[in-house]
Amino acid sequence: MSPPIIAGFVGAGLVGLGLYALIVNPEPLKKLLAFNLIGSGVFLVFGIVARRGAVGVFPFDPVPQAMVITGIVVAFAASALAVALMLRLAEESGRVTLDPDAWTKPDDGAEGP
Amino acid sequence: MTLFDALDLALAAIVLGLAAWTIAAREVFSAVVGYVAYGLLLAIVWVRLYAPDVALMEAAIGSGVTGVLLVAASTRLGRLPKAEAPPGAALKIAAAALSLIVAGLLAAAVLYLPDPAPSLAPEADKDLAATGLGNAVTAVLIAYRSFDTMLEKVVLVLAVVGVWSVAPDRFWGGAPAPLGPAAPEAALVFLARILAPIGIVIGVQMFWVGADDPGGAFQGGAILAAMWIIVMMARLAEPPRIGSGWLRLALVSGPAVFLLVGLAGPLMAGSFFAFPAGFAKPLILFIEAFMVLSIALTLPLLVAGPPSREAGP
Repeated sequence: MSPPIIAGFVGAGLVGLGLYALIVNPEPLKKLLAFNLIGSGVFLVFGIVARRGAVGVFPFDPVPQAMVITGIVVAFAASALAVALMLRLAEESGRVTLDPDAWTKPDDGAEGP
Repeated sequence: MTLFDALDLALAAIVLGLAAWTIAAREVFSAVVGYVAYGLLLAIVWVRLYAPDVALMEAAIGSGVTGVLLVAASTRLGRLPKAEAPPGAALKIAAAALSLIVAGLLAAAVLYLPDPAPSLAPEADKDLAATGLGNAVTAVLIAYRSFDTMLEKVVLVLAVVGVWSVAPDRFWGGAPAPLGPAAPEAALVFLARILAPIGIVIGVQMFWVGADDPGGAFQGGAILAAMWIIVMMARLAEPPRIGSGWLRLALVSGPAVFLLVGLAGPLMAGSFFAFPAGFAKPLILFIEAFMVLSIALTLPLLVAGPPSREAGP
């Protein structure tokens, strides 16, 4: 198997692992990690498209590579925004959960939110 | 099987193994540490795909700066009580089945990509001489698809505004919380003093050589950003007040200069975001210099988070 094919399979595997973790892990920060795994898997699959586009003097197609570079930066910006939201939620409520029932359940003996 | 084949397979196994560790680790902190190691190894995979520019980006941002962000978040969120029970077996099986199908389809798509592969490399090569650049990736970013890159810089500024906006009203205009403890480890302070001057030189160098060799505004800016983050973690500098005029001006300077040059395109070269022949490279470096500045500011501000102290007099 050539390196691009191996990297493509790694990318596919990463998307699979990330998707599983995104659904199964209840903790928001772990969901964010999982989302970043999916992202890097997608970038890697795009990366082999770039590698296969090698023509002439170029060992790669520069267009997908440039898009992956901007993609990595945007993924970081989105992660930072998600972290800021989580920390603010924790600060306000003392907990971070995506479970909609958690906010309506009786808490410390008090009814309702 | 040659040595490189064996290395490629081993690398693939370790990357997937670390990704599995990241999602299986019980403690969020362990998961984040796994993710940082994963990002560094992924950078080597990118090198094997002949993508040194992407590898630099993945190592600096995907692993380094994201790592700092997530480690800081995990130490603050890890103390909270676990809010909900793990999902039941049925959901796990359904999620595993769905993930297997998606991964399988992607793997199949990788195997059955069209051959010969469609490529824009000849197009990129054709006009490379006109841009005066030697690095085709930089040419795509700043010349061929410059509008895209300009909008991406706007997204970064919007992300900073988004992060700032979650602050309570009374802190608006104030400074984010310090990145490190009040009395940082002496070793960290020493590291910051030694590393920062070297890192600043490397960051500027990486931006400068990016015109012809792997590197560029994004990579150079990311390294400068990392240096500022280290200095702030060692408490040699504090996060700036977000109300500061120079800070806001520097933040928007990247996209603003890019947009102004783009708007001047119709006058200079006959179309929006066009560069005049023979004068493209100086203009590209001019745009990139401001991009480096604004990236080097944006990333640490995103790590520092919303303001948490009052603005003061």
